[in-house]
Amino acid sequence: MIEIRESVLNPFEELQRFQRQLETKGKYGANVSFVGTVRDFNDGKPVETMTLEHYVGMTENHLERIVAEARKRWDLIDVLIIHRIGTLKPNDDIVLTAVWAAHRAEAFEACRYLIEELKNRAPFWKKEQGVGATHWVERNN
Amino acid sequence: MSIRVKYFAALREQLGRAEDAVPAPQARTVAEIWAQLSAGRPLPANTLVAINMEYARLDSAVREGDEVAFFPPVTGG
Repeated sequence: MIEIRESVLNPFEELQRFQRQLETKGKYGANVSFVGTVRDFNDGKPVETMTLEHYVGMTENHLERIVAEARKRWDLIDVLIIHRIGTLKPNDDIVLTAVWAAHRAEAFEACRYLIEELKNRAPFWKKEQGVGATHWVERNN
Repeated sequence: MSIRVKYFAALREQLGRAEDAVPAPQARTVAEIWAQLSAGRPLPANTLVAINMEYARLDSAVREGDEVAFFPPVTGG
């Protein structure tokens, strides 16, 4: 499942809720998740708020494709991606990628693939606002 | 029919607009679309382009009804 949302993301509640409704209980033996969070410093500059923008449609298409690629490459039982847009503050969670699989090896590898490909290809952009200074983040590390 | 052009993030702010429309037959590639709409402004280095929400190149062909987008490197996650 893929979701882009403006509202607050509590990744651990989402994981619990998602896993509870999975109809594959007994099939998965591994769940690996990644959570990305807003830092209060980036490139040596203090960050007070962050604004995330995306290309409606293209972002969803690319996230769907990245999930399809991961499912083709690894034997996965389920996948969850939630990404926030709008205004965030330090310590807010931005993104959750999670994978359920029979075994840990494919779960770790696929979860890493999801977040790396999301960062490389999904059209989101971050703008950081500090004290008296605003700038767009130029590239992902 | 025309070609719809979208700009995102820093590029949108630099241009002061989010969208343009180009009469279809006038431009044939993404680079020509930029040249036609940018009033001589060079395309910033590292700008990415998409046609109909798929990554494309500056020399990719554009057709009537297409949606073309210009944007900086993506920084999600």
